[in-house]
Amino acid sequence: MSRAGPVVILVAALFALWYAAAVPMNIREALTAAEREGVAVQPVTALERRDANALGLVLANPGQIPDAWAQDRPRLPAPHQVAGELWLSVVMEEVEGRRGLLRSGSLSNRGLLLHAWITLSATALGFVIGAVAGIALAIGIVHSKTMEKSVMPWAIVSQTVPIVALAPMIVVVLYSVGLQGLLPKAIISAYLSFFPVVVGMVKGLRAPDAMQTDLMRTWDASGWQVLTRLRLPASMPYLFASMKIAVAAALVGAIVGELPVQGGGLGARMLAGSYYGQTAQIWAALLLAAALAAVLVAMIGGAQRLALRRMGGAA
Amino acid sequence: MMNAPIPQTAISARGVDLTFETADGPVHALKGVDLDIAKGEFVSFIGPSGCGKTTFLRVVAALEQPTAGEVSVNGMSPDEARRARAYGYVFQAAGLYPWRTIGGNIALPLEIMGFPKAERTRRVREVLELVELGGFEKKYPWQLSGGMQQRASIARALAFDADILLMDEPFGALDEIVRDRLNEELLRLWAATGKTTLFVTHSIPEAVYLSTKIVVMSPRPGRISDVIDSPLPRERPLDIRDGPEFIEIAHRVREGLRAGHEEV
Repeated sequence: MSRAGPVVILVAALFALWYAAAVPMNIREALTAAEREGVAVQPVTALERRDANALGLVLANPGQIPDAWAQDRPRLPAPHQVAGELWLSVVMEEVEGRRGLLRSGSLSNRGLLLHAWITLSATALGFVIGAVAGIALAIGIVHSKTMEKSVMPWAIVSQTVPIVALAPMIVVVLYSVGLQGLLPKAIISAYLSFFPVVVGMVKGLRAPDAMQTDLMRTWDASGWQVLTRLRLPASMPYLFASMKIAVAAALVGAIVGELPVQGGGLGARMLAGSYYGQTAQIWAALLLAAALAAVLVAMIGGAQRLALRRMGGAA
Repeated sequence: MMNAPIPQTAISARGVDLTFETADGPVHALKGVDLDIAKGEFVSFIGPSGCGKTTFLRVVAALEQPTAGEVSVNGMSPDEARRARAYGYVFQAAGLYPWRTIGGNIALPLEIMGFPKAERTRRVREVLELVELGGFEKKYPWQLSGGMQQRASIARALAFDADILLMDEPFGALDEIVRDRLNEELLRLWAATGKTTLFVTHSIPEAVYLSTKIVVMSPRPGRISDVIDSPLPRERPLDIRDGPEFIEIAHRVREGLRAGHEEV
């Protein structure tokens, strides 16, 4: 691949930037630790260092730069620290941990894989609910002016409410009617993912031009026939584009839903990391969530290519 | 022994008015249109943009409602005729579904009308042969040229064997050479099927070459300014267009168009 070179350079530059940013971020802790071990640092007192500029501290103590990448609780962990945390919590925990896959036969609740699986199942269920609801609403909106006037404004308003504020309430309300566990998180996830599908599908279902619908009319086609034979196939490119956004939103919804629920998952893991100052743990969960989103979007992309190839391959 | 054919009326219009209400005030798309079209005729509608020729076709197809006057199609109201699938409509663009094969596109109206599968397959093959697209059944629209796509869309309009064919500038987007060939083919098709054909066009030679009757229309308000019954024989080789009769009719059409224009 001729593009591999530039891509590698760009990724390397991002890592370099990350390493560079970690130095001033963590220099104070590195200097305090060095001072305890009897290393001479500039300025000498902690009070002076508190008021000093972070970049100035780096320049005054170039010898402590490697320490800034090796703190136990860094403000910004260096990439290799996050990679190490990922290795420990994804692989080693399952291989060597007391509760790991090898010893206990099930995924460890101290490892990331179990939490990723919890998040993934809420995301998948939420995405399916959201996509189905989105398609159904779009079909209603396209076929009924009343639906368009009454549903569309609420759908838009629903997305302006911050989900972090709404999520605990959804959890509480559903709990009071006896629903807990996977479903409340999936519903929060569906709440975020139905909207792009509605917008995309309304556009897609209206994509056929007047001539196409006139043609259907000359054949005296029923509304159902127009929907299944013209509108739905014509909307496929829009559906897949909106589902890519929806699946990423579903993941965000599931993670936000895990914050108040505390039943595990990447969101709970991030929250725990922030309670205990385990920044590397937060970053590891973040990266895994990002990777999960990338995989989900790629899966939708794969389904899109498959579907469009079956639909003639020109699109 | 053959009886003299009694000319039956396929389409008749009496005092048809159609006014569109627009933001800039009413637009008189059709004004006092009277016309009779016998079964099996090939009628061209010619005139400048805005003369209502397409609108008239859409009224016949029940895609527009006239504001006044009567239209009957096969003795029914246009909407009844539409429900009875009395006509096939060909638009300026082929309008084939890109996600269906040519065969699938032609089978679409048959599916909608509930023809059984074996019958669909038979008819698709039949009309594809008719428009000389045999063997293209499995191809997708983008694999065909513009002219071939338009032939496929004509095949689609023929597939359910309605006895009226409505064509709205079907060759308008094609180049002259393809157009000539398709005109010849269309005549052959018309002779083979005997369908009453209403054909909207901008082109004088096309109208004269194809038609048994030419309806010249003029704009603002859209109305008929001349109806010419063509004396040309039904058998028409392409070079008939250099003959004196052809030139005379073309001249009369041009005069009709000019007269309509000067009245405004």
